[in-house]
Amino acid sequence: MSFWFWHGLRNGIQSTRYPHAPETAPGVTPGRPVDTQFSSAEEAAEAAAVCPTGAIHAESARAVVDLRKCIWCQRCRFGCPRPLHWETSHTWAAGSAARGAASPLGSPFGHSLHVMVVDAGDCGACLNEVKQLNNPLYNIHRLGIFFTPTPRAADVLLVVGPVSENMKGPLLKTYEAMPEPKRVLAAGTCAITGGVFGRSFMSHGGVPSVLPVDLEIPGDPPPPLAILDALLLTAGRAKHSTLSNPETAPSPDHGPRLVKLP
Amino acid sequence: MTVSPPPPAQQRMFDTTALATEVARRFGTAVTRTSENGGAASWFVVEDRSALVPLCRFLFSEAGCGFAGMIVEERNEWNLRYLFLNPGCGWVYCILRLPLSTRTVPSISVPVHPADWYEREAEDLFGLTFQGHPRLGDFVLHDQVWQEGLTPMRKAFDAGQTQFELRPQQDWRPTLVVQDPGAFAMPVGPVYEGGIGESVHFLLETVGEDVIRAVPRLFYNYRGVEKIAEGKSLWDVLLLAERFSAKSAFAHSLAYCQAVETALHLETPPRARHLRVALSELERLRHHAGVINGICRSTALAVSESHAAIIEEKLLRASAAFSGHRYLFGLNTPGGLRRDFDSEATSALLRSVDDALQLLERLEQRLSYSSSFLDRLEDVGVVSPASARHLNLLGPVGRASGLRRDVRRVCPYSGYQHFQFQVAHEEEGDGYARLRVLFAEARQSASLIHQAIETLEPGPLCADPVPIRAAAALGWVEAPIGAAGHWVSFGRDGTIERYRILSPSFRNWMGLHVAVEDFAFQDFPIILSTFGLSATECDR
Repeated sequence: MSFWFWHGLRNGIQSTRYPHAPETAPGVTPGRPVDTQFSSAEEAAEAAAVCPTGAIHAESARAVVDLRKCIWCQRCRFGCPRPLHWETSHTWAAGSAARGAASPLGSPFGHSLHVMVVDAGDCGACLNEVKQLNNPLYNIHRLGIFFTPTPRAADVLLVVGPVSENMKGPLLKTYEAMPEPKRVLAAGTCAITGGVFGRSFMSHGGVPSVLPVDLEIPGDPPPPLAILDALLLTAGRAKHSTLSNPETAPSPDHGPRLVKLP
Repeated sequence: MTVSPPPPAQQRMFDTTALATEVARRFGTAVTRTSENGGAASWFVVEDRSALVPLCRFLFSEAGCGFAGMIVEERNEWNLRYLFLNPGCGWVYCILRLPLSTRTVPSISVPVHPADWYEREAEDLFGLTFQGHPRLGDFVLHDQVWQEGLTPMRKAFDAGQTQFELRPQQDWRPTLVVQDPGAFAMPVGPVYEGGIGESVHFLLETVGEDVIRAVPRLFYNYRGVEKIAEGKSLWDVLLLAERFSAKSAFAHSLAYCQAVETALHLETPPRARHLRVALSELERLRHHAGVINGICRSTALAVSESHAAIIEEKLLRASAAFSGHRYLFGLNTPGGLRRDFDSEATSALLRSVDDALQLLERLEQRLSYSSSFLDRLEDVGVVSPASARHLNLLGPVGRASGLRRDVRRVCPYSGYQHFQFQVAHEEEGDGYARLRVLFAEARQSASLIHQAIETLEPGPLCADPVPIRAAAALGWVEAPIGAAGHWVSFGRDGTIERYRILSPSFRNWMGLHVAVEDFAFQDFPIILSTFGLSATECDR
């Protein structure tokens, strides 16, 4: 059995240096569509027409993306007449539009943030991406972030899924069992606006309809680094360099607002 | 609740004609044969409802058919389709037509045990009562949330409504628990494992150390996918097919696309078929790495867990670098694929797959020498071949118990008949057998990716569009968890009239209790992880 020990030693440290250094491995993020300038209003309207969820709309010659509705179907990327520009970032978590700027939990939680995850009707992708944060390539323990099995010890409630009717009760009970101060993060487009499931007899169309959400992480699913970034923002540890640069960030009037935290 | 082994099998192999002759000989005019949807499958119409149970018993117990699921359709009459899959003659449909005023249907779940959950589901969602079924009630619509009498899958029910009156507000309690001095029931879930586990509830009942009854309670993730698909365009339902279960998104979107292609007579070009095989196998490889990671985690062998997690993440990254999405969303489209890949991308994919396979083989070799690991898996969670057949377990779980069933072999799709691969199988049916099947399938997947990409020829990627017509068809795939079927029925206006997902997790969740019962409490997470189930795929 000692070979496991040698195996561990020989493989060395595999973890990313993020957020101390950028992570640029191919495939670490699917990227995201960004606002794109076309030469005419007709072209922009044509580009917006391919979106099945209405996440893109044309503003004169500019196609504007609302990431909160984007389901990463890539119909505006491949096989369409007017493809949008996609950038390979992963820092797009934003304060909830309804709640305004989310305040970070602050220094007592800086290196000890306990996260409770609740699967509220998730398709498995967001949940798996959250789970990936525990693997050695991300290893969020090194940043003092832990997943906790009990809501009594949790500071952050990370919800995935559009909130199915059958999970609403367990979700609210989990929230009530958490001590103050607490923050709620909605991970994935389904958790923000309901995504493809929308609002129906069985789906509440996102966490904001049942709980006050502090931070939204668009994505279908958001890659592990986007979730990590949101957790660092919540802990008040995100450096400004990890926030999107203003050039590529969606315009403030549409789409998520990127909230710079102190 | 132990499952008694089936009666001694006196099974014969039938081909399509022999099956039709035998059914005609046994049932006479009570069952007629129809050639609906061409001659690819055998269609039997049950004219006399009393012939339904004997016919299903004959198909399941004597004709060697596996039960593949039940599709209830509400048209101007009830259409109940019972699907069987026969290794000799492919798909067998038994159709029972009943007037819409009918509320009771004969239950087939006594002779055909795998039909049990399908009937419970239909009772909950359509309000049909299955005569002779031992336990109906609280299933999809949880009793603590839903008032009895709601039937959301009926056409008259509006999927968009969000306000319901009359909600019971008490907590759910099991109706039947083991009672004995010292007996207790341990509830687990629906939020457990820090929530990183999917939302499922288990009631584990015991009188000491061993679990004597394990009752899973599912459908916490029920989002009514089949209902909200009704009336949508085929492009919008494609998004749902892809997103109800992301860990097998490509397999399910492929099954959906194949159903649409069959219904509309779309011919997929060879290049798209090859790429679909490569992407399906890439997904299987990644999925199995994830399940192996779960098994290592459940046995608390930390280094191996890390090792498997790295492989899974590397394959996720390879998927994104290749296709643009870590879970292969947005690639399938009815008629082919939505984007092409150049030779640089395909050779980079092959390199990533080879690397991942090498790491997996190293992991397998080390695990096979780890006695503490093997002690937790060997002779634990045993599903005997008889139980596996009786419950019709699918995918790697069934194959680890000697059921050599794989729809890639029985009913090849997307050109699988042109590729060389072996159907991995084991006989022991314990946790270690399931792990070995996972490793063997991962090897086969890597080989299939190589074959599919190396024989790739230039050509078109998508069939030309055709008009949508009112038709219905089944598309099937061997998803990573097991055989999955998608039934798509178009209405006259070109929208989806009925969408039905026959999910492999649904079946294997039903069989899980056989593996858990009579084993110790601490074995439960290990057995659960070796099944590699997905709650969201079951719940839809």
